[in-house]
Amino acid sequence: MIQGARVFWVGFVLHFKNLSVSPFMMVTAAAWPLVYATLAFLMFRATHQAPSLLYAALGAAVMGIWSTTATSAGGAIQQQRWWGILELLVAAPARLILVLAPITVAIAGIGIYSIASTLLWGRLLFGVPFHVEHPLLFAIAIPAAVLSIGLLGLVLASAFVLYRSASNLSQALEYPVWLITGMLIPLSLLPGWVSPIAWSLAPTWGMRAVRRAALGGDVGTPLLLCAVLSVVYTLLAMLLLHHFERLARERATLSLT
Amino acid sequence: MAVIEAINLRRTYRTTTGVIRRKPLEVEAVRGISFAVEQGELFGLLGPNGAGKTTTIKMLITLLLPTSGEARVLGRNVVDDAREVRKRIGYVFGGDRGLYERLSAYDNLRYFAELYGVSGKAQRLRIDEVLELVGLKGRESERVEGYSRGMRQRLHIARGILHDPEVVFLDEPTIGVDPVGARDLRQTIADLVSGGKTVLLTTHYMFEADTLCDRIAVIAKGQIVGEGTPAQLKDNVAGGRVTEIEVFGIDDSVVGRLRAIQGVTAVAVEDRDQKQLLVVQTTGERELTAPLLAELDGLEVGRVDSREPTLEDAYVSLVTSE
Repeated sequence: MIQGARVFWVGFVLHFKNLSVSPFMMVTAAAWPLVYATLAFLMFRATHQAPSLLYAALGAAVMGIWSTTATSAGGAIQQQRWWGILELLVAAPARLILVLAPITVAIAGIGIYSIASTLLWGRLLFGVPFHVEHPLLFAIAIPAAVLSIGLLGLVLASAFVLYRSASNLSQALEYPVWLITGMLIPLSLLPGWVSPIAWSLAPTWGMRAVRRAALGGDVGTPLLLCAVLSVVYTLLAMLLLHHFERLARERATLSLT
Repeated sequence: MAVIEAINLRRTYRTTTGVIRRKPLEVEAVRGISFAVEQGELFGLLGPNGAGKTTTIKMLITLLLPTSGEARVLGRNVVDDAREVRKRIGYVFGGDRGLYERLSAYDNLRYFAELYGVSGKAQRLRIDEVLELVGLKGRESERVEGYSRGMRQRLHIARGILHDPEVVFLDEPTIGVDPVGARDLRQTIADLVSGGKTVLLTTHYMFEADTLCDRIAVIAKGQIVGEGTPAQLKDNVAGGRVTEIEVFGIDDSVVGRLRAIQGVTAVAVEDRDQKQLLVVQTTGERELTAPLLAELDGLEVGRVDSREPTLEDAYVSLVTSE
């Protein structure tokens, strides 16, 4: 257990560091969400309510976390393949989930730059007041959201060990997930049938936990649901990876050659 | 008990041809290979491109499932007991890839030490040891992207032996490395064996195989066509002669006629810029230079040489006779 946690942590730090020195990744994580944030501020400013602007800022920030995960989680596995590292990772005795989870969680973790940049952007350009109701819970909600979103990315990435072009599938999920998880539009405005789908997605609860910690409200329930979904995603990814690893060894899809 | 055992190992790749009407295609990469490597031995797998060397290694290191047959490493089945096998082996391949370029060598080694279960306390000590062994001590904090091919290859070896494995698989470790770098790498490989490791090495370089390997298996078209010590393999062509002829514009039909000459055991053609070098192996029982040149009538012929056979000739003889 401790060994597993160490493997996860060391892997997370390595991949976070590797991503942080990539100019492309940094632009995607820190600059891209500013576009969403600007659009959201302009829309929400019409209501003349400061909390709405912070609501919009946090929505844009979590959108940034999800965007980096959706666009890069699949690509990251493919990237390991291009670098010739995927085979080495699979050939290592560590469990595959402990090898791949740090990659997708680190990608979601890069979204922390999105939070910092959107909040700063909102403050400097739109005068969004940054007052957090529950600073401690806010500090817990952000890593909880990152972890659960990163593990959702892992479920998607599990398929990428086998299918070389599967990253396109994950990129196609970027916009629908924004819409149905209430990042910009409250879930109550969407049709009822959307809700069960939204509840099964970590960004819904991650978003809710971050917003309630900042703006006030029950933070415990969304945090708990983030944790439950993280466990569910982990178990699902373990099952998928076990199956996909065997198929990849059978079909010889781990390397480019 | 053998440390590495391959028993009638086969691997077939299934793919498709065509775009609209796809047809299934099966490629037999390895066709019933059997061999055994003993404790502390340096065993070489030699063969041309596409012969099945890398496929064989990938089955032995658990990255590919055999289509049939069986393989064991340290007595453990590579299919059913993959995780236990992975703990006890190291894998190094040649080339530029396989490293986190934007990170330092130390970061790369630290990560793989963790993946291989090297305990936290032992990590720094072990990383220092392997850096010293491969001659990268003092360069570990530099980003890998600034490393030369030779340095990367040495880093690969350091990564492969971090967890002090009993068996090391080296897949063309000196490919693309300059002569001085390759010599250093060969010394590192020799040090691994003198340190008690069992090594399975694939290479294209005859000199390397001759210098390093205790025993060699030559693979061609997925099958072992010869096995033994370098001296035993050379003995297969002992007594023979090798005639080298420079020609311009030789084609396959002429090569076929040369092969048909009585006393010719193998013919290989090496491209040398505008010309080709014909390497003709003969039994040595009679002088064949005249009949060979007669078949080349009409072609421009350059230098003609005759010499004793080498390991490379033994290899060519085995590979081309199939």
